[in-house]
Amino acid sequence: MKFSQSPLLSQGLPAWRSRLLLLGLLAAFAVLGGWSVYLQGFNSVFLQEKGASRYSRVIELSATRGRIMDRHGDVLAVSTPVKSVWAIPEDAKLNPGQLRALAGLLELDVRELARKLGSDADFVFVKRQIPPDTAERVAALKLPGIHDQREYRRYYPSAEVTAHMLGFTGAEDVGQEGVELAFEAALAGKPGSRRVIKDRRGQVVEDVESIRAPQDGRDVLLALDAKIQYLAHSNLRQAIAENRAKAGGIVVLDAKTGEILALVNSPTYNPNNRVKLAGAQLRNRALTDTFEPGSTLKPFTAALALEAGKYRADTLIQTAPGRLTIGSATIHDAHMHGMLTVAQVIQKSSNVGAAKMALSLPPQEMWAMLDSLGFGSPLKLGFPGEVGGRLRPFKKWQPIEQATMAYGHGISVTLMQLARAYLVFARDGDLLPLSLTRLELPPAEGRPVFSKQTAHEVRAMLEMAVLPGGTAPKAQIPGYRVAGKTGTAHKIESGVYADKYIASFVGFAPASDPRLIVAVMIDEPAGAAYYGGDVAAPVFARVMAASLRALGVAPDAPGLQASLDSPAVKESM
Amino acid sequence: MARINAILLALAVVCALATVSANHTARKLFTELEREQARSQALEVEWGQLQLEQSTWAAPGRVEKIARDKLRMKAPGPGQIISIDAVR
Repeated sequence: MKFSQSPLLSQGLPAWRSRLLLLGLLAAFAVLGGWSVYLQGFNSVFLQEKGASRYSRVIELSATRGRIMDRHGDVLAVSTPVKSVWAIPEDAKLNPGQLRALAGLLELDVRELARKLGSDADFVFVKRQIPPDTAERVAALKLPGIHDQREYRRYYPSAEVTAHMLGFTGAEDVGQEGVELAFEAALAGKPGSRRVIKDRRGQVVEDVESIRAPQDGRDVLLALDAKIQYLAHSNLRQAIAENRAKAGGIVVLDAKTGEILALVNSPTYNPNNRVKLAGAQLRNRALTDTFEPGSTLKPFTAALALEAGKYRADTLIQTAPGRLTIGSATIHDAHMHGMLTVAQVIQKSSNVGAAKMALSLPPQEMWAMLDSLGFGSPLKLGFPGEVGGRLRPFKKWQPIEQATMAYGHGISVTLMQLARAYLVFARDGDLLPLSLTRLELPPAEGRPVFSKQTAHEVRAMLEMAVLPGGTAPKAQIPGYRVAGKTGTAHKIESGVYADKYIASFVGFAPASDPRLIVAVMIDEPAGAAYYGGDVAAPVFARVMAASLRALGVAPDAPGLQASLDSPAVKESM
Repeated sequence: MARINAILLALAVVCALATVSANHTARKLFTELEREQARSQALEVEWGQLQLEQSTWAAPGRVEKIARDKLRMKAPGPGQIISIDAVR
């Protein structure tokens, strides 16, 4: 029987049955429609995220820190990738054999390793900054709960030679000292990230979008000359050992541009291995420690006296009887010299002569001169802990203070400030700002402090100081004309002058057309000699001679032989 | 009518296959790009390490030691330097 002929069909069904069915179907459609509106309209963001998380990943893109190079492009600091091994202690359940294998690879003590993995922290570093190939062997052990991550480690090939100049970075490759800190903004890279699609095997198959492009840090080209830096470092180390001194520093400046060619301190440290690091080693003395400069300040007093028009280079000053009483205090010369010209006061470093010149000048002018030379205010090179030294306001000066300041007491300076101030004599009386980075163009003209004529006259006096009859014949260099000044000062300990000394020498060469300024400071020489002319001047001569040769500066007095054996005039303190 | 339909169908199939193949090529090229980028990064790292190595070998201290001890060189004395004027 065919379906169409079925007798059942002729039987009428109640109308409500079909209506009910229709209603049921409509209701089902309404539920479907509502559900889809709910999914599409209200819940779509959550669902899309869930879907994307199945295949799309955000990858971190690391950026490298910029390199630090010297003026010739030689690398002084570079970051290279290393691995750090870390663990989730809860997952890292290792049997003793695995533990020994891991400890062996990482060169760790087994008990130490077990203690680390037994801690209840969520995350522990097992060992940081290991070579990538060691990390690969660790990964090959396939230990549970042990992971590695990529990090950067900074290396300093010149180690202790450039330690104070460059400083160092911390574990996160962020600058903490020196140039690393001063140029942090330029050196630091900005890590980026991008979204990609990964397949089942974890391989990236499509680049969706770049969220942030990684920015590598910029390279910094320093003014530093690695060769001169090394010469300064090795000569300073030798001088410290010979004089059994506590500390010391050398600064080398380019007199033409104000660039810092070398900065060394002793004691120093190895920035690649900072396990045993003491505070004394870290001190960047040339910038953070002030000292009373002593006689190295006399040339400025003389220059001001010449500038004021009250003295000429050949004006006679009575320094007999070798002492001068001002109020209740008396200042002394080491020797009685009698009548001296201004030039001889500098050459023989007479305190009485310098004090007499200073007392003829208004305190305000003297203060203005010292202030414009940069004493009393920090150099603002960006180094941590830079200090400005002490220069009291002139309104509070007593006459005795003005007299002692004439020969560098009652005022404190850093070695870098002192070296910079000598730019006025090495140049035509103008002062340049210092530069840590290599300058493409030399600065046009500095800020004038003294007139050209005064600068040249004082330069001639400074040349006399290193000749026989001066305080520093040991600063002579065969073939070159040298100008400079010694300084020997008592150290102040808890407010009183102690029987400890700071010997210094600041000078420049070739005197006919100065190219380099070298400043040497030796702290607490404990040998037989402690005068600047005996301790610091020979160091100056060695560093200067080798640096001039390294730079290929033509000798300006080819026939000149050094008369090193002529006795130094004892300088006054 | 049937012929046009057949042609359109064939066209659609060809387009679909072309899309598949283009996508595949894109992924292959992307993988290659990825590999090359990784290689360039590895080379960059190696360059940094080579620079480091060069700086270490060429450190003035080491050069001085070799010059003095091994090659028995020394700085010329005052009388041994002759300066000549530059030819203008």
